[in-house]
Amino acid sequence: MEPVASMQVSVTVNGDVYGREVEARRLLVHFIRDDLGLTGTHIGCDTGNCGACTVILDGVAVKSCMLLAVQADGASIETVESLATGDGELHPLQQAFSAHHALQCGYCTPGMLMSAKHLLDHNAEPTENEIRRAIQGNICRCTGYVNIVEAIAAAAKGEVSA
Amino acid sequence: MTTTAPEKVEAPEKGFAGESIPRKEDKRLVQGQGVFVDDVRRHEVGYVHFVRSPYAHAAIANIDVSEALALDGVYGALIGEEVAALTDPFFQLSVPPGSEIKDYALAVGKVRHLGDPVAAVAARTRELARDAAELVEVEYEALPVVVDPEHALDPDAAILHDEAGSNVVWSGEFDWGDFDAALEEADHVVRIERLHFDRFSSTPLEMSGAMVEYDRGTGQWTIHANNQFPGFAIIMMGPALRTGMDKLRFVSQDIGGGFGNKICTHPQLVALCLLARKLNRPVQWTEWRTDQHTANSHGNERVFLDIEVPVKSDGTMLGFRCKAIDDCGAYSRYEPLGCIIWAQVTPGMYRWRNVHIDFTQVCTNKSPCGPNRGYSRMQHLWFTERVIDIVAHELELEPVEVRKLNYIKSEEMPYETPNGCVYDSGDYARCLDIALELVGYSSLEEKRRNAESRGKLLGVGIGSTLDSGTNNFGQSQLLNPDLQFSGNNEVASVKLDIFGEVVVTLGTTPQGQSHETVASQIVADILGVTPDDVHVRAGHDSYWNTHAGFSGTYASQFAVTGLGAVKGATELLADQIRRLAAVILGADGPDEIELGGGFARRRDNPEAALPFLACGAIVNANNAGLPEELDDVTLNCRYVYKPPFQVPDKERKFGNLTLTYAMQIHVCVLEVDPETGVYEIVDYSAVDDCGNRIHPQIVEGQVHGAVAHGLGAAVFETFTYDEDGTLLTSNFYDYHVPHALDMPPLRTDAIESPSPFTSLGTKGMGEGGGAGIHAVCAAIQDALRSAGNAIVTDSHNPYHRVWELLRNPEASRALVRVEAQ
Repeated sequence: MEPVASMQVSVTVNGDVYGREVEARRLLVHFIRDDLGLTGTHIGCDTGNCGACTVILDGVAVKSCMLLAVQADGASIETVESLATGDGELHPLQQAFSAHHALQCGYCTPGMLMSAKHLLDHNAEPTENEIRRAIQGNICRCTGYVNIVEAIAAAAKGEVSA
Repeated sequence: MTTTAPEKVEAPEKGFAGESIPRKEDKRLVQGQGVFVDDVRRHEVGYVHFVRSPYAHAAIANIDVSEALALDGVYGALIGEEVAALTDPFFQLSVPPGSEIKDYALAVGKVRHLGDPVAAVAARTRELARDAAELVEVEYEALPVVVDPEHALDPDAAILHDEAGSNVVWSGEFDWGDFDAALEEADHVVRIERLHFDRFSSTPLEMSGAMVEYDRGTGQWTIHANNQFPGFAIIMMGPALRTGMDKLRFVSQDIGGGFGNKICTHPQLVALCLLARKLNRPVQWTEWRTDQHTANSHGNERVFLDIEVPVKSDGTMLGFRCKAIDDCGAYSRYEPLGCIIWAQVTPGMYRWRNVHIDFTQVCTNKSPCGPNRGYSRMQHLWFTERVIDIVAHELELEPVEVRKLNYIKSEEMPYETPNGCVYDSGDYARCLDIALELVGYSSLEEKRRNAESRGKLLGVGIGSTLDSGTNNFGQSQLLNPDLQFSGNNEVASVKLDIFGEVVVTLGTTPQGQSHETVASQIVADILGVTPDDVHVRAGHDSYWNTHAGFSGTYASQFAVTGLGAVKGATELLADQIRRLAAVILGADGPDEIELGGGFARRRDNPEAALPFLACGAIVNANNAGLPEELDDVTLNCRYVYKPPFQVPDKERKFGNLTLTYAMQIHVCVLEVDPETGVYEIVDYSAVDDCGNRIHPQIVEGQVHGAVAHGLGAAVFETFTYDEDGTLLTSNFYDYHVPHALDMPPLRTDAIESPSPFTSLGTKGMGEGGGAGIHAVCAAIQDALRSAGNAIVTDSHNPYHRVWELLRNPEASRALVRVEAQ
């Protein structure tokens, strides 16, 4: 029997259901970026170390370069594009990141935000160490993490205005 | 004194400048709406994958692409032989032997480092391109490998570039003051056999990439790329592609970090240009992380040998002499500029007047080097800080006091260095005091005892560092007198459009440095509007007419060159608005008009006011009947900022090489476990002085980032090669960069010593001069004082190296000796 080269998948992303025929070897991150056009999710390595591609899949923060798209069949995924409301109001984490200058080039930011959201979804009052552990899988090369940690702490406390 | 006449400094007026306003860039970036290079989409694209050498040094016997081309969905391929026929080798900046190096977009005839690209394949998808690349058959004949820069000079060493006949790229002598007289005058001479600055790079999170389109009708390439210095790329690529500069249009919007590592992408871009033309379709390339680590742009490795430091008995250091061997990897792409750029900071922060350096740059079978945050100055500043601390250690001088004794004093500013550079302003001793206070230096002995009670060795180290900014490209002529580069420039245009919209266009290519925000602050203050009223175009386009030869974002200069251009253009616009309003409102002249709140008003009658909307509309769309005196009023003003430089004296290698000197002082407190060598940074401070800060929060963010890069290089990050020239740290799995849990608590502060040479009193900053590396090295040496008294001679000190220093301190001690004169 010939090996299966492609599969039909159905994935809910940010509330929209997408049905697509995908190559069996296609990474989830390439599916999100190239097939669905949601380019907010980024790629920064080949090895699952950098976390730029972090999304929330069925409630769990995952690196979307470490999954095949076919493995996400039937799953519900949140990407950075889901954070702000439809009328453009930024999520408290997004507001806090801006207010605390927690981003410079902005390349790690989407993945960082999704890891932070996952943390706050499960732990409303994290300690500094818990925040650092939660973003341990996300590399930032601009900020030294100082302001990112501050921003997440501020968002947890509801202190988001600049 | 010297070449640069100070301009008048304007006292900063109360305005948006100096305020940490919300960043303009953030709204799109926090929503994932930035447009990075891999986000650019085109129809019918060919995705490109490079076929790379698995050998560090080998002759290419044959390349067969036929199997790759036979794969369904493969559009075509490119190999070195075609590149050699269709392009000229990249222009080399060096004199012989380096000038003889033949560097092409793909390897021609042989490969010279692991990952050297030998072919490129384009296909319908990224995955197919990768499959096809694996089907390209390359026959190699392995050659002997040169990995160690010191051995590159051996008579029997393999030669990388046969045409050059030597592995030397550039060599020369730098001699300022009178070193022999300094030896005579000294009470002691401290001799250090060898210091080594390690190879690493800032590894921006976004890899390099491009979407390249070719227009057959006009012969023009449009290059959407994250190259951070298009001015340099165009100068390199135009002659190679045998085309005019204007045929290479560079476009970028958001760039995911650069740190200098995105300057030397011109070889890959030329390969893409050839493929786009050959295949008559857009081609897209996004580098893989492993490719970036093995074959893009490393920071230079440097060895300092036979160091001599004459010292007076009170601790006054009179200068230094040494040999430096710099390793630029397999190709000289921005080099040999690093062979002079260190001279911007020749004496570091010290009053050393007698300096002699024998400098040689060599090629090795490793990834090519390119600028890397702190480029070339960082290596030299690490050397000066090591010298200070080793001398202090050997002569039992206190590191704080010996620094204060030898630091250039604030009252000596502007200070001319032995080689004619002019340090513009600063108060190093005061910054050191603040940095020490932040870590509680006065209770240090108590902390040391506390650590000892827990079985730990506490160490404190200082890193004093300069961030020289705004290059005088005339320094290139000190390497090669025939080069025709000097000075510097940057461009901005500011216009008032038909609906009263203020639009700013920059020539820079920001990668996180917040240029949209900072430019809007300057414009708002001059025009009397708010930053929200100012639209700063995102990114860069060399077709915007705000592009000059040195346009880009590199080498700590935006706050001087970029903002100098913005200020110049806005002042021209403000003047035109006043002249227009004076005529329309019947004022006596432009001086009678003031700008504020989006209006041009008569000073004597604020009721007589013309909104900017009307100004824009009149000039752009309702201009019949305007008097002749307003013929030149276009409300679209372009300004080229040029710093006041002269060409340096080539004979003496003397002159002002950079306009401003920002500085940072870091203090690191760490605790070493004497059993294992594992150490933890327990406290850390960084004090910055970059003159007037337009946006203090952004400046502090740059300081945080520079600390992280310094600590990463000091503790974790290294490009390690084995004896076959295989890179052992080719991705983020093996090459560990600091994560959130690796970063110590940081304490920051700043003082402002305005530059007398810049129109806003600002200084370029952001590179940070590697202060973290210097401070960690000094702190380790301090901690080991009571456990064998080892000397730290390497910039990179992972735990196992500290363990070696603890186990065998004599090996490092044997490298240092003190001679009484």
